Amino acid sequence: MNLQISSRLAIFALLELAALPEQQVSVAEIGEKYGVSSHHLAKVMRALSRVGLVRSVRGAGGGYQFSGNARRTTLLDVIRLFETMGPANARAGAAERTPAARALRELLGEIDDVARATLGSVTLATMLKLVERQRTPARRPAASAREVPAG
Amino acid sequence: MNVSSPTTADAETVAVRRVRAGDIADVIALDERVTGLAKPDYWRDVFDRYGERRLNERFFLVAEPVAANGRSIVGFIIGEVRAWEFGSAPCGWVFALSVEPRTRLHGIGRALFDSIAAEFRRAGVGQMRTMVARDNRLHLMFFRSEGMMAGPYIQLEKELE
Repeated sequence: MNLQISSRLAIFALLELAALPEQQVSVAEIGEKYGVSSHHLAKVMRALSRVGLVRSVRGAGGGYQFSGNARRTTLLDVIRLFETMGPANARAGAAERTPAARALRELLGEIDDVARATLGSVTLATMLKLVERQRTPARRPAASAREVPAG
Repeated sequence: MNVSSPTTADAETVAVRRVRAGDIADVIALDERVTGLAKPDYWRDVFDRYGERRLNERFFLVAEPVAANGRSIVGFIIGEVRAWEFGSAPCGWVFALSVEPRTRLHGIGRALFDSIAAEFRRAGVGQMRTMVARDNRLHLMFFRSEGMMAGPYIQLEKELE
């Protein structure tokens, strides 16, 4: 699945700020790190500020500071500020009323449900741990299931 | 089994140990408070199977305040080592976890999780697994926060007509 750019920027910015909750970080610093325009990022930050996840700090060395609860804010909470994560709407047209289209919609809905449950279960605090794990990758066992069926 | 030493939680110090027959009434009551459903026969059966048999691979652990003074347990976790189901190499399965609601966010769930993970390691397995209802946000968030990720299996089911 793909996230809209605003959702991705919001998650990146929140992770930067939540990692250093006592510090202020400027939009320019975050923009430079992720290679995005300050203009676009500023709009995202204003949206996060409106819901209290960050607060702006004025003056020299000003920027944004994390003001949310990293252990209670999930990725889904953040994404929903910028895009709809509900079930896909039925398209118009005769084909969409066919059993095949309904069956396909049911299957895609299953995927959407899993995506929502996953994003709704990962908090910013958990994400920070995953980020740390990426910095110091440990040897992980192969994740593939054996092909042998239950016997 | 090695009984875990007392584990310091944020706001309450608990000791994690094996379940005893005298704990089952507390387990039943805690589960009923959390789920709204009393299942005394189920929990007595679980105790028979996981509290008394094959203890080298079955772990029914409870958390109790160190200064218990007659206070009841504040959480439990149950799991076992299973091998070759679904073609899986031996793996630790957690199938029950409950923490007294008034004591949540004090590190008790983590103490239980860490203790059973240590037991699984001692039993010789290097991986643990669980299954959580998609809409059970509390448990999903907890297990995610403990580093659990989606595994290589997909659960499927069917309505029997």
